[in-house]
Amino acid sequence: MGGFTGRDVLSIADFSRKDIESILKAAKKMVPVARGERTSRALEGKILATLFFEPSTRTRLGFESAMKRLGGDAIGFSSAEGTSVQKGETLADTVRMVESFSDVIVVRHPQEGAARLAAEFTDKPVINAGDGAGQHPTQTLLDLYTIWDERNGIDGTKIALVGDLKYGRTVHSLTHALCDFDVDLTFVAPAGLQMPKEVVEHVRARGIPLAMTEDLAGVVPNLDVLYVTRIQKERFPDPQEYAKVAGSYRVDTALLRDARKGLIVLHPLPRVDEIATEVDGTPHARYFEQAFNGVPVRMALLSLILEGSS
Amino acid sequence: MRDLKVTPIKNGTVIDHIPSGMALKLLKVLGITEAVSSTVSILVHVPSKRKGWKDIVKVEDRELNPRELNKIALLAPEATINIIRNYNVAEKHTVTLPERAVGILRCGNPNCITNSREPVESVFLVTGKEPLRLRCQYCERELEDVATQVL
Repeated sequence: MGGFTGRDVLSIADFSRKDIESILKAAKKMVPVARGERTSRALEGKILATLFFEPSTRTRLGFESAMKRLGGDAIGFSSAEGTSVQKGETLADTVRMVESFSDVIVVRHPQEGAARLAAEFTDKPVINAGDGAGQHPTQTLLDLYTIWDERNGIDGTKIALVGDLKYGRTVHSLTHALCDFDVDLTFVAPAGLQMPKEVVEHVRARGIPLAMTEDLAGVVPNLDVLYVTRIQKERFPDPQEYAKVAGSYRVDTALLRDARKGLIVLHPLPRVDEIATEVDGTPHARYFEQAFNGVPVRMALLSLILEGSS
Repeated sequence: MRDLKVTPIKNGTVIDHIPSGMALKLLKVLGITEAVSSTVSILVHVPSKRKGWKDIVKVEDRELNPRELNKIALLAPEATINIIRNYNVAEKHTVTLPERAVGILRCGNPNCITNSREPVESVFLVTGKEPLRLRCQYCERELEDVATQVL
């Protein structure tokens, strides 16, 4: 798909490699503005509506910051409580109402498919900021941006995704998007939490080299990117079993001893204890930069959608 | 000569080669309930040369239109449709799978937005034909056990 003006951002699968690269390049140009080193009035007079039917402070503030850095404004709510949703209003009606108050609508909703539904009830562009266990395309774009920016491109990168690959939506979307690039993938997960069959089939169908293992330490020395996700306690009926598994997937300085010098460690955050704080000070840690990158990436998207350019 | 268990119909539609056990679901999909004004005959578990066993449905005084035929294709991809006029087969159709199934099936994902009170019909994209694979346009999950999800 070509032009961005007025386009919805619902699923990363709707974006071609060319689209993704346009967004990443636009995001790069936004960094000085995102850092407050330069100012922009590019979106002055435009209003972003954030409809967060479940709380997600980081994502909401990321969007609001992106809009305001470009001179625009933001309105919205951060949870369904106290809104007309609690009185039984449908999402379709909420969107039709908000449409007349704003130029672009960001939706976060606990049910899968909510953003696509919202997009059908408005002519204004809709950005999916997470729909239940479904899609969260701006997270994927900021993950891709971080790899692209750190390595001057994505092709030729050896990437391992670690943790709860079965239920983690970020790793599914990221894998999908990475399949448009020339990468080498490794899925590292405990038994029972490995990547779903459909995702594995997709990777294989695209001819991407793929390894699957339970052994994290064994793969670390050959990697350029280690993408860590949390293993949730509630996936394990036995707390002792959880403690054992979580311990063996913990990233600390000992694990990274044999890593390549240029290895970067990413995490969608929030982390609990899957990355030891001692890693924060190493040259490998990039998860806080990754979180910051959400702002220039969202600025790029907003500017492409509302202005057709960056 | 063998006695016919169900006699030929004068006018209407005969749906043959329905997978065994699917006849009642098929009628449900077609919206043919006890409210119809003509006779509906259902033959369940009939010997079939092709598949061992099959079901047959005969709907008198009603000719099914193409949209209805496509609904059948999701449940009975090998079905044949005979339009009967004055005891003769006037038209014979096979079914073709549609690219999209709109408002026919319920998404199996209880957390899909189409299973809440929103004013939308379910939409499934046909992603594979043999075996039949359907993906919800909203939550993007693949639908399992299509026959049980008929609305």
